[in-house]
Amino acid sequence: MTDDTQARIDQAVKAADVLLFMKGTPLFPQCGFSSRAIAILDHLGVEYASIDVLQDQAIRQGIKQYSDWPTIPQLYVKGEFVGGSDIMMEMYEEGELAELMAEKGVKKAEG
Amino acid sequence: MPMAADDIAEMIRGAIPDATVEITDLAGDGDHYAARVVAESFRGQSRVIQQRRVYDALGGRMGGVLHALQLTTAVPPSTGA
Repeated sequence: MTDDTQARIDQAVKAADVLLFMKGTPLFPQCGFSSRAIAILDHLGVEYASIDVLQDQAIRQGIKQYSDWPTIPQLYVKGEFVGGSDIMMEMYEEGELAELMAEKGVKKAEG
Repeated sequence: MPMAADDIAEMIRGAIPDATVEITDLAGDGDHYAARVVAESFRGQSRVIQQRRVYDALGGRMGGVLHALQLTTAVPPSTGA
């Protein structure tokens, strides 16, 4: 693990309002948990960016250290770690995720 | 190597003694589990902290050996007075 990777992750996390580290892409998630995370974000109708950790081994390992969280996907909103797909699901069901997005002033997706 | 459901439950209870742990084998293959962990000591802790405590209990297996563990944490309902 290099500081360079941590700096790259930090930059990415701060550059997007909503960022999901996932396996695969929103159109082709490569794991059930990532697929579930995407479904939740799509239901919320927010604009989000994603990073495919399968394309970058340094990020795949580095993100676990960055957040001190062992699994992927990982959701960040306005630079803050929110949780993995299980937490996203619980928060979504309780309406807390929509609240959080609204509170943080996250943009709605177009179209 | 997948882990046995009993081993997962035991590790969680070992680290969170007041936890009630329910493990469900989702696919019947000994590799895809759902765990529901209910503990009074979760009270007042955020979901991230609660799940982190369970992950810590599993001693680094989460995300590795245990890729497919769906996790739910909760505080027991108050018994009321």
